Amino acid sequence: MSEFSCWGRYPHAQQTAYKLSWRDQVYTVISSENSVLPYGQGRSYGDVCLNDGGALLVSGSIDRIIEFDRHQGIIRAEAGLTLEELLRVVVPAGWFLPVTPGTRFVSLGGAVANDVHGKNHHRHGTFGSHIKRFALLRSDKNVYECSPEKEIDLFRATIAGLGLTGFILWVELQLIPIEDSCIRMESIKFNSLSEFFEISDSSNQDYQYTVAWIDCLKQGAGFGRGIFMRGNHASAAEGKGLKVYEKTLPAVPFDMPEWMLNRYTVGAFNALYFRKQLRDSVTKIVPYDTFFYPLDAVARWNRIYGRSGFMQFQSVCSRDVIERILQITAASGQASFLAVIKEFGDIKSPGMLSFPRPGITLCMDFPNRGASTLKLLRELEELVCSRGGALYPAKDAVMSERSFKDCYPSWQEFMEYKDPKFSSSFWRRVTGER
Amino acid sequence: MKVAVFGACSAIAIEVARLYAADGHELYLVARNEERLETVAADLRARGASKVEIFSIDFLNTDAHHGLVEDIISKAESLDLALVAYGLLGDQLQAQRSFKKARKIIDTNFTSVVSLLTLLSNLMEKNASGTIAVISSVAGDRGRKSNYIYGSAKGGLNIFLQGLRNRLSTSGVHVLTVKPGFVDTPMTADFKKGLLWSKPEVVAAGIVKAVRKKKDIVYLPWFWRYIMLIIRHIPEKLFKRMSI
Repeated sequence: MSEFSCWGRYPHAQQTAYKLSWRDQVYTVISSENSVLPYGQGRSYGDVCLNDGGALLVSGSIDRIIEFDRHQGIIRAEAGLTLEELLRVVVPAGWFLPVTPGTRFVSLGGAVANDVHGKNHHRHGTFGSHIKRFALLRSDKNVYECSPEKEIDLFRATIAGLGLTGFILWVELQLIPIEDSCIRMESIKFNSLSEFFEISDSSNQDYQYTVAWIDCLKQGAGFGRGIFMRGNHASAAEGKGLKVYEKTLPAVPFDMPEWMLNRYTVGAFNALYFRKQLRDSVTKIVPYDTFFYPLDAVARWNRIYGRSGFMQFQSVCSRDVIERILQITAASGQASFLAVIKEFGDIKSPGMLSFPRPGITLCMDFPNRGASTLKLLRELEELVCSRGGALYPAKDAVMSERSFKDCYPSWQEFMEYKDPKFSSSFWRRVTGER
Repeated sequence: MKVAVFGACSAIAIEVARLYAADGHELYLVARNEERLETVAADLRARGASKVEIFSIDFLNTDAHHGLVEDIISKAESLDLALVAYGLLGDQLQAQRSFKKARKIIDTNFTSVVSLLTLLSNLMEKNASGTIAVISSVAGDRGRKSNYIYGSAKGGLNIFLQGLRNRLSTSGVHVLTVKPGFVDTPMTADFKKGLLWSKPEVVAAGIVKAVRKKKDIVYLPWFWRYIMLIIRHIPEKLFKRMSI
């Protein structure tokens, strides 16, 4: 059943998939199976969305909007609805997602279960911070309505709960008002990590969105170079109205051969990307999809890594550890061109197992080359976890049990709220549970 | 536009209704399960439909069709588009062993649709306007051992629609036969999916386009026209031995 895999296409899993269309079908499947896991769009990189040997509750067609209050900007919808579909409805009415990850092809339920974050973490915190309430169906057949006021512990456990506390039937989300659906974006080149920190420090106050692309192959002169992007929603006068933007380019038609991505081709790409922008700083008005979802334009971009897939490494840690990670990565020559760096803010998420915490988050893709890739990831993991940092479960395929338990000390509290029938490949890997 | 959808909880119908809702049209939804209908109706309202009404009925109960159409007309006054989207694939093996099972497939896909279309076509003929769109199937193009009971009901339906189109061509009523190929919906949940499979959204967009362009017969996606062209032209002597 290759149809249900994770975005990194590593690891693989065999599972019975139930494609559900209606809320009234969910309980029947839960009661008939021993181990179940909700599966949205399969955009998690590793095995948090897999349940090897068990069943998947595929939520993609449980995707109806239940209520949209156009005056208050509150939307209540079934958990299988994608952020793309949600934007189609709310953008023309003058609203936007309070927090958005780097792809709009994720489900609402997945956004809650992974407590996703975006370029505005320093201002708005995580996705879970904007949830007004949700309904959770558990294997005891009860539906729990959870909010910051009601079923508070279940609310906190389900946000970033990796789909393990039950099946989210619907979610109510507070949106943010926009005058226009474009972003006024400024791109600034930086030549070192310390320059990145300087720009980041001076941007967090005045810019709602900040993020940077960083070249993690470059050693010596130019180590830590990259392009910093910061932006705000455009005003009505600057923009082009409340349009829905969904630019698409041709999809990647097949698995590319593995040898195509190596330190020379990627290094050349990075050098070109860095030099493409001639001036040190450029300001433009761009559609929201260009700013937030550049990779969504290329359907199935994960195929560029070939059949063996890829692994993403996303960590959060202090500034000095980030420098060390970049040195190790650059020396290994294994990293790919999609590396992103951003400073998180200190807004605490309600989620017990939430990933974001104050520090710098660095996100790198590695083509799966087997043992050498695993060795590098282990080394980076050791470094991050021994220095008080954390890895992001939604992106992970290799973290050890010890690292998980060190990075997420609340896991024991979480165990009280985990549904006994719900499990995932990830969960069994990092807890040793059967 | 005033659009009535029969079988409004089917995967393709939901996607068609969403496209019309996004353009602010009025929707009159008919299906069996009232709770699910309510869910779909709320979704379409949120997506911009100017009006959504729901009607709950079991289509096999043809005696109730007259009352249903009257109910719809009392709320809508007239209809610009009637989309018949319900169907029953059934289980071929069970149906070839039991006439009771075969009959349910034929009644759902053919007899009940004829009943409904009799009422709708007379209404539209009187108003001298409107479109009748019916989701049939490529399975109706040639009988095959794997689904000939479903296929014969759809084949009968295709001929009925041809005749109806012929009859109504002078009165300004448009009749569209939609022949989808393999679509990934709950109806086909147990099939192994491959290259030829499409998503309901893709088929839905094709239906809306075919309605707008006043097509007579449309294969969706387009390549099924050619697949079926080949399948229809295989000599019977050969075809009867084939396993497709």
